Amino acid sequence: MRPLALALALALAVLVPLTATAQEAGPEAPGEAPQPLAPETGPAAPPAPGADFPLYPFPGERRPPAPVNGAAPTEQVVAGLSRDAVAITATFDGSEILIYGAVRRESPIPADPLDIIVTIEAPSQPLTVWRKERRLGIWVNAERVEVGAAPSFYAVATTRPLDEILAPDWDSRFRISLPQALRAFAGAHEVDDTLPFTEALIRLREEAGRYRLDEGGVVLAEDTLFRADIRLPATLVEGAYKARIFLLRGGQVVDVHQAPIDVHKVGLERWLYRLAFDQPLLYGLMSLAVAALAGWGASAAFRRLSQG
Amino acid sequence: MQIYLPIAEASVNAFVLIGLGGVVGLMSGLFGVGGGFLITPLLFFIGIPPAIAVATGANQVVASSVSGVLAHMKRRTVDFRMGGVLLAGGLVGSALGVLVFNILQGLGQVELVVQLCYVVFLGLIGTMMLQESLRTIYRSRNPAAPRRRLHQHMWVHRLPLKLKFRASGLYISVIPPLLVGVAVGVLAAIMGVGGGFIMVPAMIYLLGMPTKVVVGTSLFQITFVTAFTTLMHAISYNTVDLMLAVLLIIGGVVGAQVGTTLGARLRAEQLRILLALLVLSVCGKLALDLFLPPDELYSIAARTG
Repeated sequence: MRPLALALALALAVLVPLTATAQEAGPEAPGEAPQPLAPETGPAAPPAPGADFPLYPFPGERRPPAPVNGAAPTEQVVAGLSRDAVAITATFDGSEILIYGAVRRESPIPADPLDIIVTIEAPSQPLTVWRKERRLGIWVNAERVEVGAAPSFYAVATTRPLDEILAPDWDSRFRISLPQALRAFAGAHEVDDTLPFTEALIRLREEAGRYRLDEGGVVLAEDTLFRADIRLPATLVEGAYKARIFLLRGGQVVDVHQAPIDVHKVGLERWLYRLAFDQPLLYGLMSLAVAALAGWGASAAFRRLSQG
Repeated sequence: MQIYLPIAEASVNAFVLIGLGGVVGLMSGLFGVGGGFLITPLLFFIGIPPAIAVATGANQVVASSVSGVLAHMKRRTVDFRMGGVLLAGGLVGSALGVLVFNILQGLGQVELVVQLCYVVFLGLIGTMMLQESLRTIYRSRNPAAPRRRLHQHMWVHRLPLKLKFRASGLYISVIPPLLVGVAVGVLAAIMGVGGGFIMVPAMIYLLGMPTKVVVGTSLFQITFVTAFTTLMHAISYNTVDLMLAVLLIIGGVVGAQVGTTLGARLRAEQLRILLALLVLSVCGKLALDLFLPPDELYSIAARTG
């Protein structure tokens, strides 16, 4: 059992700091209880541990709680990432991540089909979705829904169509599908029906390549080896990303593996960004100096050109 | 070549940005305007968030107006006293404008107000310029047509606190230039423009300044007002993207030189008709966006705090 203990320790080492940073960066103000945006979907979910934050499994536990049939999980995911850090340079134009792995089992392969879901998720940010309306003849932003936390990037890759392999209650528990990954404030809304707004949010971000569902994007060989290529867009935002790999049988999640991906700006990008936020006065003056210098340089160069 | 903009957090084609700067620089060289009224809507169009487009647009205007004002100082066509009065008003207006901008952003109406401002001001000024230059052309072809008086005395000249503006040859109250300065400062902060397109007609028609000092003086005050606006946006909201500004400036500087050379070969009335048509077409496009049902009813805005 040594490798298993090792894996457990490894998972712990990965999970604990991740949880800590995720909670530090938690977008909600204290006291505001987040809720799934689409609580109507599916029957009541099993009581989720630590339901106030979608990070799963909660610290210290690698396996999901006992499956419905009561038997101990016999299959586990062992996975790796082609890279655990993405550096945003000045010429950054998107990136590709390969997620690969195998299913480890100590018993014969069960008869029902095995499926894999891979997700990559950016840190969440609060945002507002506006809807335009005609007022006094012109189109203005009239109604809004405040979304408590929406990831700036979210990709889901699966072996087969999502609704065939994932039961709704397990989806809402692990927040796998896109509507589940978004959360809204439970507070009062200005509109009666928030659903069109969240649908619009997903649609707009899908069009922008920020949200992606790639059914069939995970290739599974011999019910054991799998791989998924996920393309990260050029409009990537800095932060602690996370990759999750779910092992499913009969619509239920059998095992989860989670790994962090660190996305950060480097070099000039990092320097400018830090300066803009840490030393805004200096940064502003520098911007002006650059502009004034360019203006003066152009004027001087042109005078020389027109004289010469 | 794709460039990742550190503050806008988006990757855009560097040549598109240099090209945009170039086109706007060409306009500014041709017509003697800062070009801010073109750059900001164009940045919206390529997907730069409004707050960053406005702040960075202001920074770009600094570069083009510094270049312009230096040329005018050589030719002694800057009225520094008038510029100073306009500037005093401009700084107050700019501070006000940045404040208003932030409030509007919280309400989600920035784009609407910016668009409305553009439609109203561009429409007014475009129409005025078109009318004026058509009349000039008509007059040059029919010398018998009635002329307007060169210098008219209006209510503006009856206000107190009179001051001598030697370079402009004027003896008028400081209140109208102060008010013009405030108005342009507010616009500079909200629209990310220098305000030359409103300042120049205001100086000619409202203050009665001679045309030869108008452009230089307007550029002089625009330099400082946009510099102040840029600084305010940078300090309060961290929305100036230097990488974006540098790319726009590179294009703008080259475009401005080409524009100036080109402008020397065209006649003044023709230039003004062209500028009027350009202003009116930008106005028309923005007005259509406001009145026609949009393709997309929904939009996403980041929320801070």
